[in-house]
Amino acid sequence: MALAMVVFMSVPGAMAGEVEVLHWWTSGGEAKSVAVLKDLLEKEGHTWKDFAVAGGGGDTAMTVLRSRAVAGNPPTAAQVKGPQIQQWGDEGVLADLGRVARAEKWDDIIPGVVAQVMKYKGQYVAVPVNVHRINWMWVNPAVFKKAGATIPKTWAELEEAAKKIQAAGMVPIAFGGQDWQEATVFESIVIGLGGADFYRKALMKADPAALNSPTMVKAFERFKSLKQYTDKNAPGRDWNLATAMVIKGEAGMQFMGDWAKGEFTAAGKKPGVDYLALPMPDTDKYFLFNVDSFIFFKQRSVPAGQAAEAMARLILQPKFQEVFNINKGSIPVRLGMPKKNFDAPAQMSMDDFVATAASGGLVPSMAHEMAVYPEVRGAIFDVVTNFYNSDMSAADAAKRLASEVAAAK
Amino acid sequence: MSNEGRQTGRGFAGSLQRYLPGIVLSPTILAAVVFIYGFIMWTAWISLTESGLLPRYKLAGFLQYVKLFQNDRWWVASRNLAIFGTLFIFFCVVFGLILAILLDQRIRVEGALRTIYLYPMALSFIVTGTAWRWMLNPGLGLERLVREMGFTSFTFDWLVNSKMSIYTIVIAGVWQSTGFVMALFLAGLRGIDDSIIKAAQVDGASLPKVYWRIIIPSMRPVFFSAVIIMSHIAIKSFDLVMVLTRGGPGYSSDLPATFMYTFAFTRNRLAFGAASAIIMFMAVMSIIVPYLYSELRMKRNG
Amino acid sequence: MAEKSLAVVTRTPGVVAGRIFIYTLLGIAAVYFLLPFLVMVMTSVKTMEDIRMGTLISLPREINFDAWGEAWSSACIGVNCQGIRGYFFNSVKMVIPAVLISTAFGAINGYVFSKWRFKGSELIFSLLLIGCFIPFQVILLPMALTLGALGIAQSINGLILVHVVYGLAFTTLFFRNFYVSIPDDLVRAARIDGAGFFRIFWRIILPVSAPIIVVTVIWQTTQIWNDFLFGVVFSGGDSQPVTVALNNLVNTSTGVKKYNVDMAAAIIAASPTLLVYILAGKYFLRGLTAGSIKG
Repeated sequence: MALAMVVFMSVPGAMAGEVEVLHWWTSGGEAKSVAVLKDLLEKEGHTWKDFAVAGGGGDTAMTVLRSRAVAGNPPTAAQVKGPQIQQWGDEGVLADLGRVARAEKWDDIIPGVVAQVMKYKGQYVAVPVNVHRINWMWVNPAVFKKAGATIPKTWAELEEAAKKIQAAGMVPIAFGGQDWQEATVFESIVIGLGGADFYRKALMKADPAALNSPTMVKAFERFKSLKQYTDKNAPGRDWNLATAMVIKGEAGMQFMGDWAKGEFTAAGKKPGVDYLALPMPDTDKYFLFNVDSFIFFKQRSVPAGQAAEAMARLILQPKFQEVFNINKGSIPVRLGMPKKNFDAPAQMSMDDFVATAASGGLVPSMAHEMAVYPEVRGAIFDVVTNFYNSDMSAADAAKRLASEVAAAK
Repeated sequence: MSNEGRQTGRGFAGSLQRYLPGIVLSPTILAAVVFIYGFIMWTAWISLTESGLLPRYKLAGFLQYVKLFQNDRWWVASRNLAIFGTLFIFFCVVFGLILAILLDQRIRVEGALRTIYLYPMALSFIVTGTAWRWMLNPGLGLERLVREMGFTSFTFDWLVNSKMSIYTIVIAGVWQSTGFVMALFLAGLRGIDDSIIKAAQVDGASLPKVYWRIIIPSMRPVFFSAVIIMSHIAIKSFDLVMVLTRGGPGYSSDLPATFMYTFAFTRNRLAFGAASAIIMFMAVMSIIVPYLYSELRMKRNG
Repeated sequence: MAEKSLAVVTRTPGVVAGRIFIYTLLGIAAVYFLLPFLVMVMTSVKTMEDIRMGTLISLPREINFDAWGEAWSSACIGVNCQGIRGYFFNSVKMVIPAVLISTAFGAINGYVFSKWRFKGSELIFSLLLIGCFIPFQVILLPMALTLGALGIAQSINGLILVHVVYGLAFTTLFFRNFYVSIPDDLVRAARIDGAGFFRIFWRIILPVSAPIIVVTVIWQTTQIWNDFLFGVVFSGGDSQPVTVALNNLVNTSTGVKKYNVDMAAAIIAASPTLLVYILAGKYFLRGLTAGSIKG
């Protein structure tokens, strides 16, 4: 690809440029969040050309991005996250954001474990926007009360509560049988059972010995044991319909990332009263994170480069961080932000983010593309979803996990 | 019926006339060479490389094909295409024919019914997919509706059943395309020469017999068109799966088209996806080409 | 079209029973075909409250058209909260030229393949037909390369080119099959009178082509209007067609969903092709009858 471009030259004085941004935040709340960035950028004189493509958690957007890169016509910035950033770096198409990063002291305001993901060969090529916590449990306390069950903190308590809810004629666990939702629950089980070190070995480094280990077999067994507490209509269900079951009191709990909060809010429910947000049983010491980020492509012109730099800078400024994340239900990726404007689950999340970063419990989510390359993630998905939806034994699943991951690498 | 060598013109105008058909076709031929066969060659080349995120052109042998044949999901997808393709074409043709014959019996509201049967063809699955997913879901749709009507033992849970999910794709696919096949057959029925049928009826043949023995066999070209168009739709079915089941539960309803897309574009295994596309294309050709050949040859002789 | 039917009109009890049977079957089929659309219409006139608390396919408690207005002009698709209106017109701008060009090529190609056959023309036709069978996912990247090289990546012109190219096989097939049924003697006589290639086309072939033009235009309009894959991959931020906007609305992954707006948008997005089928459906059938399928 012949992309002869001027790379973010340092020209004094601001020149108005255009940014074209590929993202998949299209729903009302998400779009409002992105619009904040658009406004900030336009205040500085730049223009924002929106290029939104939803579908499959960014799958469609990635297809589009790829074909645009092949055509030699990439957008200014694109919503790409996790290890994929390295793959784009390998293609030599990304811009170096070092100048903005140094001026804005990114190394001081972004947690190291996140910054590492944003850098290619030691230089920033991507900007983190927000942090989602994956291992949440959303509870309808009324259901628990009706069933005489206590809200679980450990796996044993979870099983006990589920049995009681089931006996009371309700669905214990609201579940959506799509591969990414299955993987979301599975990875939380893996870290709850095996701990952070095991998780890193298995689901970050994709170490064959860890993948085909007794711990993994046990994780598979636990995962499958949940199935009896879900209803039979779960396959294919959208996550938000599962959340609706909790909201309506048809189901007791759901395991889902913090974006589920938006559904409760939209239904007029109050945290701590109508619903509770807690870490999934056994995982309170861990914080599985999903960080959305933008990669920046090399720009052809000086104004375009300046507009891109302005965008990168604005993303990490406190103002945008606060408004965006309150809208989106996530928490700021910038450290040391004031908490007072966030709601209770978000405040708890912010505390846990800092605490787990210190204790080593802050780990990237495999299901949400933060931990492994997409080819490996896909192989894990195939085994997990096939195991969950067939009669495969847990031992076979672990064996296949190791072999399919090896084939995909 | 060839018109070759019938040119009578002389000089420049004459030779221009002679080459005009070729000249007129040339943009299309060029387009086919570049955009169909060129792209197939490109894909074949990529399938022999180790391309991941973006195309890389360094050859690496048949590694991707070996991996493909070892991939369980690929075999599920291939088997699904066989099941889906066969049932989809079969039911579209059978229902399409039945509806056409029924509509051909001097039906009062024929125009309205025809429109009702045909309209799904006008809609993309992006449009109707969500409604279909709700209807087929046992907890939201038909099963619940029928049970609430009092038939509490009614079960229709194919969408959430790994063993049956591919058949829900058939149901929705048949819904979308039957109307078109019906239109083809109806047009065929309207085009049939009355006198043959009258003669048969005079000879004492019953109506069903007339259809079975005379009319249906005479519509062989319609069957040909229908099968070609339906198989083209079956092979390309993509939205249908993506919207209805996303290949699930597990990957039980995956088709080669969705398989290829998933691996090449969302899993950064471009070469692997390309290999699956080439195998799929070859498999389709091995069925379509002989069929095309035999039908076209028969027509010329007949 | 002459009224023609094989039904026996005498009214014996057996015939009456037969009629009831036929109407019942047709009625059941009609319900099957209408159901998904009814679900969509019903959902589009519900309030979100109604949807959240009821079942998804139950009757609406009250009818409310707010979702329709929102879908058309104020729903947020990405950061632009102007509904699907703009995207709708992008589609129009793309569909009209693409349909006209591919139909024109189809007509002239079909004319050559049926009336001016030359050595190898059958083979070319077969190869073109086979081209219909490549899955479109395969051509995304090489197409992107080509469009990039031509300098029309991410533009409406690029999209038009893509749709024309991949519509050619079908339009050619339709016209060829139709023209085969026109007697060769007509063309032969005109040639003996000294008429040339284009003159015969204009004077003899085109005037009788109306039925097949209708079929082809309907087919192409439907295909191109409904296309999502090409639309999403080859469009730019300001040229996305309506199916992409609809997808952005419907397929959001981690945000709150508004099913009523989704469904209203879906119906609006489908309305042009739906109208084409309702209004021109009669001509569609006539066109098919007029010979396009006699292959």
